[in-house]
Amino acid sequence: MALAKRIIPCLDVDRGRVVKGVNFVGIRDAGDPVEIARRYNEEGADEITFLDITASHEERDTTVHTVEQIACEVFIPLTVGGGIRSLQDIRTMLNAGADKVSINTAAIHEPELVRDAAARFGSQCIVVAIDVKRVSEPNDPPRYELFTHGGRKPTGIEAVAWARQMADFGAGELLLTSMDRDGTRDGFELTITKAITDAVDIPVIASGGVGSLQHLAEGVTLGGADAVLAASIFHFGEYSVGEAKAFMADQGIIVRL
Amino acid sequence: MTQSVAVIDYGMGNLHSVASALKHVGAGEVIVSHEPDAIAAASRVVFPGVGGIRDCMAAIRQLGCDRLLQQVLTVEKKPVLAICVGMQALMARSEENEGVECLGTIPGEVRYFGDQHRDANGERLKVPHMGWNEVSPCESHPLWQDIPPRSRFYFVHSYHVVPSDPSVVAGTFEYGVTGCAALSQDNLFATQFHPEKSHTAGLTLLKNFLNWDGKC
Repeated sequence: MALAKRIIPCLDVDRGRVVKGVNFVGIRDAGDPVEIARRYNEEGADEITFLDITASHEERDTTVHTVEQIACEVFIPLTVGGGIRSLQDIRTMLNAGADKVSINTAAIHEPELVRDAAARFGSQCIVVAIDVKRVSEPNDPPRYELFTHGGRKPTGIEAVAWARQMADFGAGELLLTSMDRDGTRDGFELTITKAITDAVDIPVIASGGVGSLQHLAEGVTLGGADAVLAASIFHFGEYSVGEAKAFMADQGIIVRL
Repeated sequence: MTQSVAVIDYGMGNLHSVASALKHVGAGEVIVSHEPDAIAAASRVVFPGVGGIRDCMAAIRQLGCDRLLQQVLTVEKKPVLAICVGMQALMARSEENEGVECLGTIPGEVRYFGDQHRDANGERLKVPHMGWNEVSPCESHPLWQDIPPRSRFYFVHSYHVVPSDPSVVAGTFEYGVTGCAALSQDNLFATQFHPEKSHTAGLTLLKNFLNWDGKC
């Protein structure tokens, strides 16, 4: 039997609380990250991703403390991202109990950080987060570029070439988020998901836009993703991770039940 | 009976997870150390590992963890659990980092899955082998107790061990090759997967390790 496709609930954490906005605007408070992580662990989540969206650097000690608490109670892999800018930041998060660290904007400003981090800590713990938006007109061949600052700032970097470069630099996994879809509940952006999963030999996590269990399944069956990430459908008790897995299994997707 | 466990720390990253998982399943005391006295005082030993093999082997040798492990395995004969790169370090040699000599506790080598890795049907397989895969136990070993065959465990690796003597293989996984998921030799048990990250199945294995007398 093959490797199971993974379901990864994501906690967007601001100053120690789980939040989830629509396109990063209109943030709703969803609760205590340790409590939520524990619930996902019990429900059979395959991993947990913790994205720190705290703006100020001073409050990042809270994040380290929260990661430590989660790592003491949750015995599945934990990825931590948000504001990771240096080898020291990576070391701090790994020491706090993260299994993987997700690098986003810093990889764009300093691609060598990915290479250095993979050499130092091993590719297995280096995830590169890629936030993309479609920049081509509806009738033109699709082109997607990287955006920073929650999708507000263009970089001009083409997404598929960037994904290949990050894989070459030693990233162990890619976390692909469509900023057009994030928070919309319209489903994954499958065109770019498929393009990137086909382009690289490392695992790809699809993210951004999940509003139903069918969307999760499509990320795998149509997008070719190795793992699917979602936040709000799990946070507000709409679906449990167990329900999501049962649905995917019914669609013929191999999951860990 | 209260069990004390020493987790050998050779400075290669996070041992927090394995220590908290051991505590969670009832270890009385967990010491994370490379000090010979601390290791000698513990009733059993965990030999973890993450990262590149060259740096791991350099750190193991520099801190004398190779001699320490030899002492624990063959003189004191304590139960030892090696995890992931800890398992790979036990082999004679690894292909990683242009070839690295390892401890040679178990004859055999550590091989790369390969670029363009595919399964028997020609389907592309991603490397690293990352995620939850089924493990088939090859034998009844005390560490497999209460774990249903083909339970899924969490793997993350690009290299896999190939022991010269197939009889040491205690469990296998399928990923283009039939890989060695676990091996056992006397008072040593080793896993390629991470029991500390494998939820119920992994915690059960760690609990079994705490109750193991070191005999097969």
